Order: sequence, then C-alpha cells, then structure tokens
Amino acid sequence: MTPSQTRSDLARADRIAGSGWTLGVDTSTAVCVGLARGDEVISLRDDNPRAHAERLMPLVEQVCRQAGIAVGEISEIAVGVGPGPYTGLRVGVVTGRVLAHLGGTEPHPVCSLDVLARQWADSGTAPAEGFIVATDARRHELYWARYDAAGDRLDGPQVGKPETLPDGVPVGGPGCAARGLVPAQGAPETLDAGLLAACWRRLPDVGIEPLYLRDPDATAPTTRKATLTPTRLTLPAVRPAAADPR
Amino acid sequence: MSEPLILGIESSCDETGIGIVRGNDLLANEVASSMEQHIRFGGVVPEVASRAHLEAVVPVLEAAVASAGIDLSELDGIAVTAGPGLMGALVVGLSAAKALAAWLNKPLYGVNHLAGHVAVDLLEHGDLPMPCGALLVSGGHTSLLKVTSIADGITEIGSTIDDAAGEAYDKVARLLGLPYPGGPVIDKAAARGNPAAIHFPRGLTARHDMAKHRFDYSFSGLKTSVSRWVETEQQAGREVPVDDVAAGFQEAVADVLTAKAVDLCGYYGLEHFLIGGGVAANSRLRTLLAERMEDAGVELRRPRPGLCTDNGAMIAALGVQVVKAGLRPSALDISADSGLPVGNVLV
Ligand SMILES: [Zn+2]
Repeated sequence: MTPSQTRSDLARADRIAGSGWTLGVDTSTAVCVGLARGDEVISLRDDNPRAHAERLMPLVEQVCRQAGIAVGEISEIAVGVGPGPYTGLRVGVVTGRVLAHLGGTEPHPVCSLDVLARQWADSGTAPAEGFIVATDARRHELYWARYDAAGDRLDGPQVGKPETLPDGVPVGGPGCAARGLVPAQGAPETLDAGLLAACWRRLPDVGIEPLYLRDPDATAPTTRKATLTPTRLTLPAVRPAAADPR
Repeated sequence: MSEPLILGIESSCDETGIGIVRGNDLLANEVASSMEQHIRFGGVVPEVASRAHLEAVVPVLEAAVASAGIDLSELDGIAVTAGPGLMGALVVGLSAAKALAAWLNKPLYGVNHLAGHVAVDLLEHGDLPMPCGALLVSGGHTSLLKVTSIADGITEIGSTIDDAAGEAYDKVARLLGLPYPGGPVIDKAAARGNPAAIHFPRGLTARHDMAKHRFDYSFSGLKTSVSRWVETEQQAGREVPVDDVAAGFQEAVADVLTAKAVDLCGYYGLEHFLIGGGVAANSRLRTLLAERMEDAGVELRRPRPGLCTDNGAMIAALGVQVVKAGLRPSALDISADSGLPVGNVLV
C-alpha cells in the first residue's frame, strides 16, 4: 500500500479485483477459513485447538461447496502467518503456499493480529484511544500488538506474559479468555477469515515466513558430554562439530 | 490399464522429500535436508526441522515436477507419510499433501514411513518376491519385519527395546569426541581400526534374553560398555585408540544386526531379505549382511544408499502398491500419528 492511496480507494480496489474468489486461511488460533468475492463473504471456523491438520482442508472444501466452486477454482489466497502456536500455524501457512503455487499465484501474507484489529475497527466499537489485540501463545504468555482506533498497527507483534502489556490500554482478542483477562466491550473473540479474504489488500504485507517470535527450543551443548577431550586424541580427518555460536 | 502415477511426500524427520513414481519407475526424487542446521545441537531438533520443512515444500515440489516432466493433472494420487515420525514435521508434509489432493481433486493416501523403506526397493530391483524379511535401521528405527504383501501384509517381528542403531552411533561418536551425525564418521574411523582389537557386547544375545527377545535389539548396554572401556583407558593414562574403538563398536552393531536377520530368515523360512533406512548405508553392515545372507542361501536386496535414506520416492512407491492393491483412499481429515505401528500401512 502506498501512502497516497486512501482507504476508500483501497476498498473500491478490493471490490474491483474481486472477479474471482479469494480464500482466506488462518490457523494461528482456531482453524479459520473464508471466501470473499466483492461483497460476498463466507466465513467458517472450527474451534478445536489441536486439530488444525485434520480440520483445515475439509473446511476449505466445505466453504468452496457453499460458494459453488471447486477448490481448484480459487483465484487468490490470503493467509494469516501468525503469530500463533507453531505446529498449528504452519498448517495454514503451508496450505496457503501450496494452494497458491498450484493456482500459479503468490500467497498474500498478513499478520493474524492485524485481521482481528481490522475486525474490531470495522465493527465501530473500537476504543477511541486505541487498543491491544492478544492471542494465546501458550506457556502462560500472549502474542499481542497495539493498534490505533482505525486498526493500524502501532507496536508489535510481540510475545510476553499478560502482566507485561502496557497499562491502561483496552485489550481484546481470543487471548483474553485463554489468559484470564477481561476483554474490552465489542472486542472480537474469534478471527474472521472471510474478512481476511475480503480485506487483505488493506493490511500490511508481513512476508510469507511465519511470525514465530520465539527461537526454537534447542540448546547447543555448551560443554560437550564427551568422555574424551579431542585434543588428547588422534582424530580422524573429519569436520569438527560446530562450536556454540549463540 | 497403465501403471499408477503417484506423487509421494515425506517429512517425518529432517528430510523434505518429494518423489514421483509410475509403477516401479522412478521419475523424480528431490530431497532437501536440514541436517546442517542440527549439527550444532548434536541431534535433530524437532522445531528446527519443522521450520525447514515449511520452507522446503514448495521448492522441492517444483523441482520434482520439473524433473519428472509430468503435469500434476496426470497424477493418480498423492501419497504422504502419516507416521511414524516427529509430529510437527509430519504435519507440514501431510498438510501439503491434503492441499494438493483437494486442489487437484485426486485421492490422498496417508501411509506408513517404515513400509515406504520396504517399497522403495521395487524402484531399483522390481517386484519383491514374497514372503520376504526386512531390516530397517536408521537414527529413528531398528526393526525386523516379515512381509507377505507391501500394501497390507507387514508384521514387525522385532525391534530395538531402547536406542535405535543410528542413535547408538551418534552417542558413541559423541563420547569419542567425534562430530554429529555419528554414522559416517564412525564408519570412516572404523575402516582404519582393527575390529578384533576390542570386543564389545552384543545386546540381547545371551540365552536368557533370547527366550524373550530373540528378534529384538538393544544398544544402550553397548554404548555404556564403550564408555566404560574408554574411561578405564583414560584413568590408566593410556591414549585411546579411537579407530579401534570405532571398529570394535561398529563390529558389535553389524554382528548383532545381521545375526538376528539371518536367524529371522531361518526361523520363518524366508528366501529373500531386504535392508533399508539410513544406517543401511553403513559399509560394514552392508558387507557382513551380504556375506551372511549368501551363506544362508538368502537373496539380499539392498537399495542404493540414496534410496535407503528418507525420501519422497519411497512414499510414492508405497502409494503405487496401495493403489494396485485396490485399497480405499484416506479421508481428508486424517491425522499424523507420531507412533504409527508398522502394521498400519495405510491410515
Ligand atoms: Zn526412515
């Protein structure tokens, strides 16, 4: 998006570009799929938090059936790239990438928190002073980002304990229920992938890599559990193990 | 009717493989490995592997389709590893396969990784005479199988009760101060050493063990024994002969793996035997198994090392067998199963 484009220009562009169906896929929270074409929007969701790989494609087939198209007739793919718990998140991202590849297009990646913020801003109930959108990051933490009243991201996304959120800013999103926070009035409780499909052009492109925000759980051995110190040995001519670079 | 044309996807560990097979003909076998990223951790890190699978899927798919010279619309089905393996890694390949199946409107076959190691031999040596024994050895598995039909007749007769053979290689390499992965470096060091210099124990071969674990393996005692031997040498202030230790260890592994394989053939009257998995590339194991199977009058089938390690062609080859057996395709809502038993060839 360029700064000279206005919101109404972009909204019109959304409608004009919609000659075919755009699929929205987001597995950063629940399994969320949607289809949008012009003003037509269909949204489906499966709230099982541990069945992303199982539920996603059946739900994509179902939403396509409702629109009267085959999966192979989807024109564009918009995909939420998180942040979100990794295994579930990757289900949506790899699905979006493969479907887009098969359709000969590039997937359109958006930050999943931006979708929730857009839902809140578009609902007309967003707090005038801005707000925070939060999703469950497990391990007693939240993924969160801060937005202005129009739903534009000011800060984040980041991951942290609920007590590290800025004081006094209204919070909403599916993370509230998971982490025992009281959500602000009107805040979205679930992600709407139909809206994602309809409005991805109005959201920043965050790149197709998932927003992991945490390093993998892995520690290189700091002291190698070798019984022998290599210096005392006549070692075969092989590449030595990489030292811990962290 | 022409032979089934199947695309296979494998992502159970650290290799993203996509292969395309028509009948027993290998048309494409593209593999991206994240091994380099695991070396500094001294073992495969599941999250690192899963992230690498996600990045590799589309490029590997493109490469496989290009090298096979086919159009995806020609496919008769998509086969994918449903298990066993690392959950986060399996899910990436499974999701990609479902997306392909739904977009192309082709049947999906969620299949067993271990059965894939058996099926891959068909690509090199043609139809497998039945019944047939098989030894699958890698960093993740050590199993003795009896096969009466690849699609629906695989029985696990024995397996490791602790570490996989490849894990034992990694652990011994580590205590010798050798880098990960241990298989190739120990193989290399062993080639310079004397395998008879140090005798290490053969797990589960004592009479009382054979009663209950005749076809099972154990490698943790062997690892402990190597560790003790090395410590004793150090405490005595002697230089540790790494090559001899490696050779003695490798001999113990190859001896017990092959002895029980030959015993299996004798016990069940099997005249054909197949080896697969990453450790099947080990030079001593290949040689010793060939010698002993020849002595026992059993025909040994050894796929080339590039087909023994994890790849997508083995999954495609298995998919062909499943289609030819007329088995029903998998539903689009199947799960990955990290502990899928080898008897479950199709999910
Ligand atoms: Zn394997």
